[in-house]
Amino acid sequence: MTEIVKSITTPIRLEYVYRAGRATSRFLRGLAEGRILGQRCPVTGKVYVPPRGASPTHGVPTEEEVEVSDKGTVTTFCIVRIPSEGLSIKPPFVAAHILLDGADIPFFALVHECPFEEVRMGMRVQAVWVPKEELAPTFESIRYFKPLNEPDAPFDSYQEHL
Amino acid sequence: MRDVAIVSFAQVPNVRRELDRNEVEMLMPVVTEAIEASGIGRKEIDFTVSGSCDYIAGQPFAFVSGIDAVGPWPPINESHVEMDGAWALYEAWVKIQTGQADSALVYAFGKSSMGDITEVLTLQLDPYYLAPLWPDAVSLAALQARVLLDRGHATERAMAEVAARSRRSAKANPNAQLRGDFEIEKLLAEPYLVSPLRKHDCPPITDGAAAIVLAAGDLAKKKCRRPAWIRGIDHRIESHALGARNLARSRSTEIAAEKAGAFAGSFDVAELHAPFTHQELILRDALRLDPKLSVNPSGGALSANALMVAGLIRLGEAARRIHAGEARRALAHATSGPCLQQNLVCVMEG
Amino acid sequence: MAERCAVVGIGQTKHDVKRIDVSMPGLVREAALRALEDAELTFADIDAVVIGKAPDMFEGVMMPELFLADALGCAGKPMLRVHTAGSVGGSTAIVAASLVQAGIHERVLTVSYEKQSESNAMWALTVKIPFQQAVVAGAGGYFAPLIRAYIRRSGAPDDTGIRVALKDRTNALQNPYAHLVFPGISFEQVASSPMLWDPIRYLETCPSSDGACAMVLASEKATASAPGKPAWIHATAMKSEPTMFAGRDQVNPRAGRDCAAELYRKAGITNPRKEFDMAEIYVPFSWFEPMWMENLGFAEPNEGWKMTYEGATAMDGDLPVNCSGGVLSSNPIGASGMLRFAEAAMQVREQAGAHQLDGVRRALGHAYGGGSQFFSMWVVASDRP
Repeated sequence: MTEIVKSITTPIRLEYVYRAGRATSRFLRGLAEGRILGQRCPVTGKVYVPPRGASPTHGVPTEEEVEVSDKGTVTTFCIVRIPSEGLSIKPPFVAAHILLDGADIPFFALVHECPFEEVRMGMRVQAVWVPKEELAPTFESIRYFKPLNEPDAPFDSYQEHL
Repeated sequence: MRDVAIVSFAQVPNVRRELDRNEVEMLMPVVTEAIEASGIGRKEIDFTVSGSCDYIAGQPFAFVSGIDAVGPWPPINESHVEMDGAWALYEAWVKIQTGQADSALVYAFGKSSMGDITEVLTLQLDPYYLAPLWPDAVSLAALQARVLLDRGHATERAMAEVAARSRRSAKANPNAQLRGDFEIEKLLAEPYLVSPLRKHDCPPITDGAAAIVLAAGDLAKKKCRRPAWIRGIDHRIESHALGARNLARSRSTEIAAEKAGAFAGSFDVAELHAPFTHQELILRDALRLDPKLSVNPSGGALSANALMVAGLIRLGEAARRIHAGEARRALAHATSGPCLQQNLVCVMEG
Repeated sequence: MAERCAVVGIGQTKHDVKRIDVSMPGLVREAALRALEDAELTFADIDAVVIGKAPDMFEGVMMPELFLADALGCAGKPMLRVHTAGSVGGSTAIVAASLVQAGIHERVLTVSYEKQSESNAMWALTVKIPFQQAVVAGAGGYFAPLIRAYIRRSGAPDDTGIRVALKDRTNALQNPYAHLVFPGISFEQVASSPMLWDPIRYLETCPSSDGACAMVLASEKATASAPGKPAWIHATAMKSEPTMFAGRDQVNPRAGRDCAAELYRKAGITNPRKEFDMAEIYVPFSWFEPMWMENLGFAEPNEGWKMTYEGATAMDGDLPVNCSGGVLSSNPIGASGMLRFAEAAMQVREQAGAHQLDGVRRALGHAYGGGSQFFSMWVVASDRP
């Protein structure tokens, strides 16, 4: 008695070569130097990190480079409790929006070295980089952010970024 | 039906590989140029629609990054088709026909150089019966060319002549990628790539981006000296199964041409989206083109073939001739899918 | 200038985690044939097909309209494929409607689907792209911080989300097509389900489903000869904004507010809370209900949660929301938007069966996608516009 074939599994493998583009290249090379570089929109004056080469509201090139601090404020966050594919960190962990000092949009990053109950909106944090000899043009040069021993930022200082 | 015209067109120079800029950085100048040339303010454009493909970009939601090039703020009316930009233009044309828009920005982008494009295209095929065999795009086109040759509808010489003519015409196109003078005998002496196709019968691999602005009636007349009026536009699809259709004949092109009014008069120029030489011969037949007609003065897809963009560029190049006063009635065509499965025909008049 | 257009046939599949009993063509045909049967038509009566779905990597088929042309009776006809991320099901319906409204076609079949069990949607959503930040937290991890921001802004009680989930999951018990069905679902069950991305719990989250939805849209002339009650399309609207820009309000996005405002203006609606009899809105995580109530202008800013609390959005409330069980119960991503549009039309056409409300004259269909940046909406009603 032949069995009906209900499905087939077809492995697909495709290789792509990705190019970072100008803005991302500058940003990643900055990370390799332990610096966080953004770009300023010529129309609004806002600083975008990571920079994308274009002002998303005006569709014009953002050429002026601005270095921002590696310290910032947690604007909002969540505690991730389930694993995600391709994730090297084991849950639970904190995923946060961090408004770096000098930037005008939050930067998405993980927060560590802090008990979950203590993570809060307005918390001041600092980037923890990989050791100097491991710095490379990749987002992974910043391992995560840890709490800074500073008073919380007042709500209205980051409210508009929520 | 409302009168709708192509009032501007811009493209990046088509290249084998865009090394420096990402899609947004490529698109920005093209969108800016098309909008500025249209004379319609960026914030005055009523509708925006794009064409692009995730599998070409090697990531999901690839079209989302393209939007930054447009600067959608305040929020805009915007849509996207996962198809060649020519179909995005069709969606925009329809929107204007409903009366809900008087102008539209259409753009398309794609870097065919990122993956192995002929393998990527294999994923367009039926995932149960065809794709697992991994027939690449060139091999499928070769099957079609074989059918055409065996039926006596074409010769390898005629195919080589299409290639030579296209690349010679491309010399006058600063945006074309492959250009030059090629001798027919030398071309025919080359070995087959995938029999009966030789390298010259195949399109180049191209990274590109293009944008077009459409405007209706009075707006078009006000902003453009010689609007390229879309007198008819239609598109049709055929059966996917290669054995279920006559590969030597493009029925969908014939139907679309009929519906678009292409048979109602003669043309001064035609831009046909024929990535393979034999496909131009099939399309000429389907469109009943005069053998003396100027076909693909831009060099066509044989000179630059940025997937998802090349069809839109055919529409733009045809319109450009009208804008320049070089043509009064133009035909543009776009294709999608293996072996001319889906086709769009557009008739324009100056 | 625009021709009138009505929904004259609706069909959907049974949504499930893996529809291993059908192929992709089988899945779309299940919905399409039901829609055609509902309209008493065959494929031969259809002039054009508009298909919509989310990223092709969810199934591993590039530009699937090409291989589905045969299954949908499309040889010799025009076929379009729309992709606007999560809002795609809605945008697809809008593009299909515009073909009729432009006077180009009399009858258009529109189908949206996802068979995401065939590839791996989770992989496709989080695949690591070189030079881009890793999406470590998934879709839930993206939206959970926004929900936290909403809770902070509005002062909403912590259990608001649980109440939405309980309502939608209770409604799903009356929907034979729903994927997730929990007989006897209770507040405690939802509240005690595992926390996935604080503050979103497992039972406050949408599933990953295989499924399809189809509608037949017809011109006024073709509607006259259609059986059943038509759902007239009074207005459609679509709006997009950038993913990220300085000062962007992702909790109450302007694109959503502008989309709703344009929709209401076109439909002649001045008091949406009173003038809609029900709404099917895109709620993939429970807290989106109060957030969208505000974004859609049904409630004042920071007060959307009150509608949930007061029972306004329950089946017996003054503005029932997601009587079908919503996205929380079935989420074939490409189809979810069209399911909202279709369920709204089903209510107007009195064909929602066990989850039918009485006297629905005007309903809202809503979908969103991306980082809360793409919106598509429509108003359907029993009276001719």
